[in-house]
Amino acid sequence: MHRYIINRILLVIPTLLGAAALVFALMRLIPGDICLVRLGSGGTSFTEQALQTCHAEIGIDKPWIVQFIQFIWGLVRFDFGISMWSGKPVVDEIASRFPVSLEVAVMATIIAVVLAIPLGTISALKQNSWIDLVVRTFSIAGIATPSFWLGIMSILLVLDVTQAISGHPWMPPIDYVSFWKDPIRNLSIVMLPALTVGYRYCAVSMRMTRSAMLEVLREDYIRTARAKGLVEKIIINRHALKNAMLPVVTVIGLEFAFLIGGLVVTEQVFNLNGIGRLMVLSVQNQDYTLTQALVMLVVAIAVLTNLLVDLLYAGLDPRIRLN
Amino acid sequence: MTVAAPTPTGTSALAGERLATRWHVALAAVVSFIRRQPVGSIGMFLVLIFGLAGLFAGVISPYNPTANDFGAMIQAPSWAHWLGTDQLGRDVLSRILYGARTAYIVGITSATVGGFSGLVLGVGSAYFGGRIDLFLQRINDIVMSFPLIIMALAVVSIFGTGVHNVIAAITIPLIPRCQRVVRSSALAIREVPYVDAARALGFSHARIILRHMVPNVVAPFLIMLTSFVGQAILAEAALSYLGLGVQEPTPAWGLMLQGGAEEYATTAPWIAIFPGLAIMLTVFGINLFGDSLRDVLDPKLRER
Repeated sequence: MHRYIINRILLVIPTLLGAAALVFALMRLIPGDICLVRLGSGGTSFTEQALQTCHAEIGIDKPWIVQFIQFIWGLVRFDFGISMWSGKPVVDEIASRFPVSLEVAVMATIIAVVLAIPLGTISALKQNSWIDLVVRTFSIAGIATPSFWLGIMSILLVLDVTQAISGHPWMPPIDYVSFWKDPIRNLSIVMLPALTVGYRYCAVSMRMTRSAMLEVLREDYIRTARAKGLVEKIIINRHALKNAMLPVVTVIGLEFAFLIGGLVVTEQVFNLNGIGRLMVLSVQNQDYTLTQALVMLVVAIAVLTNLLVDLLYAGLDPRIRLN
Repeated sequence: MTVAAPTPTGTSALAGERLATRWHVALAAVVSFIRRQPVGSIGMFLVLIFGLAGLFAGVISPYNPTANDFGAMIQAPSWAHWLGTDQLGRDVLSRILYGARTAYIVGITSATVGGFSGLVLGVGSAYFGGRIDLFLQRINDIVMSFPLIIMALAVVSIFGTGVHNVIAAITIPLIPRCQRVVRSSALAIREVPYVDAARALGFSHARIILRHMVPNVVAPFLIMLTSFVGQAILAEAALSYLGLGVQEPTPAWGLMLQGGAEEYATTAPWIAIFPGLAIMLTVFGINLFGDSLRDVLDPKLRER
């Protein structure tokens, strides 16, 4: 068991290094020069001298290998540097945008889990009944619906409904406030995005719950439990559900990791200032330091979620530990 | 069989007969699928409808999808424009029909290229094992954890926008996903005695992989391939919506939801509703079909 855990944790290092190398290379392959954009943005002309000073200032005049080593060394010390575009520390730039993305992702996860596990279980228990059909249609539709379109439609619906009720249309506010400062305002901002994202998430987890449940229910130990004369409730909760949850936990973990980096479209629809849009902006501005830090953040979340899921799996399922 | 050499008429008649039998077998398979999987057939029907719409968009479109008509801007659905017109006076129905073409081209190409690359890498990784497997799996981890949007942005910034680059941006992340599933199925097969037997007989690696292992992972692979088509269509729509995918004036569903659609959503909801419905119905159909395909192909489910 200890060896498994240590091996699994060590595997994180090559993934993080590889991702760092990938984003480093990709950013430098993109044609363009941040200094040209920065100096030329005012429409004024500038000298070759100014361009070189700018390059030296942000450190992109050094050879790639030196830049890469500096980047990795910074990562090791949790020093992400200064944004090449705004001149502010990268940590501050990210800290101001991260809470809203994280909140949407966490709320979407809660919505998904709360709906998916009971509905998926019922659907499996009553296979081929009308409730199964409804749940399956709902979940297949969830996977098929583009979240940004659902977002546009939900805003439209809210506008129309509030128009009909109060006479003037209401739109969720845009400026983010933290939950602790103003919970109602905070929820009114985050609710719709979380619902639209959560629908797909819920659909994916629901399908997984259903198919995992169906598989487990056919196992011999369930038959044994029934033969022992156990109450159906205990069979389902303790014997079936507990075993069926393993793949569901994996899917939830994978989707959560995917969500943090994939919120761009939702943020675009709802005009949220999250890290998804910051990522697009920083690539377009050729802001190497900010993009690198953002990518490493998203990759780290994905890698750590996977690690957590794997360790949880090993803790729950003795078969994995032994291999 | 395919070489058209000057053969006696007898043989060619035989070949023709064989071809006819093949057609019959295929037809019978389709008929039995429809009979056994009514829900899947609905999915197949939806996929076919949009596929045919894309294929024959040039013939059946009532208007030119890229022609602006400033005399008929933002018109509600009517007999002249069944699904209304957008802010530039373009016919929404015609744009949806042509958009189907874009969606299918991107969806099918990305899914096939990504799927087959994943198949080869996944089976290869499982077969060779050891260092090759370890190396490929680390690459897999990196690509899987890397944010899609950065990959897409980089591809578009380096190579420019356009259908080919969108396909590339969507294909890359599909490869590791396919690879992982195929690898785990193939790992189980590697332990089966007939693979050992093939190795003992001195067959080449390529022969063992292609003739003995690949056929056994075809079922999960086909199911995944269908879901990839749906995922790729959704990804294309999202990228185009963000302005990183297909560019104007090419008609694409995601593009139709961008800009004007949001701006006029309250006054002209048809501009936003119909392209989204088209995406949803197509992917819905693909998923329904894929689910039934799994029921048919998975022997575990077939028993019951």
